[in-house]
Amino acid sequence: MSSKRHRRDVIVETRSLSMHFGGVRAVDQVDFTLFDKELRCLIGPNGAGKSTFFKCLTGQLHPTAGNVLIQRQDTTGAEPHEIAGLGVGIKTQVPNVFDGLSVDENIWLSARRWHKPKRARALTAETIERLRLGDIRRETVGRLAHGQRQWVELGMVVAADPWLVLLDEPAAGMTHEETARTAELIREINTEAALIVVEHDMQFIRMISSQVTLFHEGRILMEDTMEAISNDKRAREVYLGHRA
Amino acid sequence: MNGRDTLRKMRPVFVFALIGVIFMFTAPYVLQLFTIINLTTAIALAVLALSLALVWGFGGILCFGQVAFFGLGAYAYTIAAINFGGSTWAILVAIMVASAFAALLGYFVFFGRVSDVYLGVITLTVTLIFFSLIRRTSGPEYTIGKALMGGFNGITSPPLNLPWDAGSFLFPEHVFYVAMAALILCYVFCGWLVTTHFGRVCVGIRENELRAELLGYDSRLYKLGIFTISAGIAAIGGVLFCNGVGRITPDVFNLYNAALTIIWVIVGGRGTLIGPIVATFGLFYLTSALGGQSLFNNNLVLGIILIFFVLLVPKGLAPTVTDWFTRRRKPRRAAGRRRRAARRTGATEA
Amino acid sequence: MDLVVAVLFQLVYGIANLALISLGLAIIFGMMRVINLAHGEFLMLGGYTVVVATNAGVNIWVAMLILAPLVVGIIGVIVERLLIRWLYGRMVDTLLATWGLSLLLIGLVTSIFGASTATTISPPLGIIRIGDYSASGYELFLVGVTIALFIAVYATLKLTKLGLVARGTMQNPEMSSALGVSTTRVYMITFGLGAAVTGLAGGLLAPVTGVLPTIGATYIAKAFITVISGGASILAGTASGSVLLGGINGIFSFLTGPTIGEVALLVAAILLLRLMPRGITGRFFRKSL
Repeated sequence: MSSKRHRRDVIVETRSLSMHFGGVRAVDQVDFTLFDKELRCLIGPNGAGKSTFFKCLTGQLHPTAGNVLIQRQDTTGAEPHEIAGLGVGIKTQVPNVFDGLSVDENIWLSARRWHKPKRARALTAETIERLRLGDIRRETVGRLAHGQRQWVELGMVVAADPWLVLLDEPAAGMTHEETARTAELIREINTEAALIVVEHDMQFIRMISSQVTLFHEGRILMEDTMEAISNDKRAREVYLGHRA
Repeated sequence: MNGRDTLRKMRPVFVFALIGVIFMFTAPYVLQLFTIINLTTAIALAVLALSLALVWGFGGILCFGQVAFFGLGAYAYTIAAINFGGSTWAILVAIMVASAFAALLGYFVFFGRVSDVYLGVITLTVTLIFFSLIRRTSGPEYTIGKALMGGFNGITSPPLNLPWDAGSFLFPEHVFYVAMAALILCYVFCGWLVTTHFGRVCVGIRENELRAELLGYDSRLYKLGIFTISAGIAAIGGVLFCNGVGRITPDVFNLYNAALTIIWVIVGGRGTLIGPIVATFGLFYLTSALGGQSLFNNNLVLGIILIFFVLLVPKGLAPTVTDWFTRRRKPRRAAGRRRRAARRTGATEA
Repeated sequence: MDLVVAVLFQLVYGIANLALISLGLAIIFGMMRVINLAHGEFLMLGGYTVVVATNAGVNIWVAMLILAPLVVGIIGVIVERLLIRWLYGRMVDTLLATWGLSLLLIGLVTSIFGASTATTISPPLGIIRIGDYSASGYELFLVGVTIALFIAVYATLKLTKLGLVARGTMQNPEMSSALGVSTTRVYMITFGLGAAVTGLAGGLLAPVTGVLPTIGATYIAKAFITVISGGASILAGTASGSVLLGGINGIFSFLTGPTIGEVALLVAAILLLRLMPRGITGRFFRKSL
């Protein structure tokens, strides 16, 4: 599938995308493009609109105006399962896992969606190995620690073998060690797929060393490397200044 | 999930099914005919309980009107059997009518993305409207084909006959065999269904609908599917019920029966299939025993049972019992595993 | 002309009747997000209060307008304290527990008064003539009471301190607790008031329908549909739901008879829900009470 695409192909595009809640413009006429195999982080202070933007991409929210195109297909207002059906792996901010099922079953349900039983079993085993979930594979996910649940969710994303991955705060609530491992995993996924990662943690973004899109008040303020953004005065004012 | 895994997961189902088969072949020799006829009714109700256990316990769909599909099945069977002059196709009609109605209703509620509390209230409302509608059909003008609807008096149901032989009716003890076989088959079917890909996606949706959608499953279709299947099973219960009782009346749709179905599943436990079946038999004999006296009203007792379970045993009996067993067995099994591991590595500590 | 007036009056009465039996349910649902499945039994208890009181020699107006809401309101407060408050935030369990309560109340009343109809009381106020047609004066009175009740609830929510606090608590319980408002007390009073309004409705309808332990079941289907179709806004939801469904029911009943009228009511409600899953006020009049 991926051989047909080229590195400079645009695979995600939004055209003056807007999402209003009552009078609040959470996302305001955003034009955004993502190329194939790209790794992009979305950052911005709380309420900058990055999570709302993310939810418009995943179909959790239906935008008020504008368009979303994934691989040149108009997915504006599509349901989450239709977006996933294009081969997009999605991880939400709050860990969304099947709490009552085992780690194994969680990942199997993802793999089995797109693959025949035999291949699905192999993929499940592979994913469990890759994410080092072997020791807890029979545990009920609801009983696991927060960081482990995050990983189960990442496992579900990986197991579907997606070509585009959308992650909302994948490192939230993880220990330092787990964060480093997640960064490693993201770079690994990036060899096969493009990624959009919403993240707060600057350290983490430096670890995955990606292009960064900075959101502010519902709009894109700038797009550059983390390095450049850290040195930019405007960016520091709206975001980094809050932390310093 | 391969074949061997499925068999391993279904082992308890086969055990209970076997117990059922043994009971089916011994009961007519041990029990009196009166008890057997009574039992047939209880079995029909157990099929109803099973259908709700599937759709609520595994599909996570709060259906307060399961009895509507049960009643619809019974009415459809009775009317079709009168018109066809035989029961063979009537059974099929009953299942089709109930499933089709469920599919239609389900389309509106699931594709409207109605929340589960609304769903409960809507299904209950539909049931109560059936009740008041069919009660009104007492005039001679209300007929479907050759069948007179009969209002609150209901219709006499033609008994089951041998397949494609409308002349040879089954005797009550034979109806008992049929009912018991139907219950066992439906139970094994449901037990199998929940181990399939479809069934496991339904459980996934119960656990987290958004996650299932993000994996690419259209939750609305799966909900519609399990809702329709469970309505078909409820209809089988309805066919057995009107055969056990000999007639079908609108009372089947009343609030008391709707509540009773919920109580079986609550008491037996959501997330198990055998729990609600056993609870149905237990409560059936409790309510029959209560019917013989007037000190404690049936409604009163059931109301207290329902409140008691919701407040104090929310998981129901079967999961509570299994939890208790696994808690007791787990330390021992873990110890066994450690010992075996120690033997394999040749360790010599005590 | 007379016919038109008589038919219109029946339509208005049908709508008012729907609004009257639904309002108490809507108050509890709108403010607490609790669907009270024992709503029908609260109506039934209101009816029994009136029958028992008038049989004991109490004036019928006192029994209907004062005793019925008072008795059922007190029962509501007791139920909230003993049952509902353990289950806040667990909507499904609340639903199930109130269903248990519904069965329990039916059982209790049956044990005390027997399963059959209690002594009936005839509706006061006689008959009004509209040209060649006649209408019941009591039905006209019920329409008036329904309107008055809506105004009273509106005033309570809009003008009193309790109403303000209640609205605040419903929108954001944590915030109100932080401000020192006792959320539990507000819930208790709300449930009590909802029950009292329901008791009043049940009392007022007793002379029209008679009383029976299981009479609740005949009301609740309609009350549920009205409240769910209306959505979460108490007054606007109940009013719009009643007008729409009562109107459809009335028109179809007039054209084809009550059986089809009831089917039309249900079909309309289900179609509506497909189009507006959160009810009419989930889409329109969102900011209304």
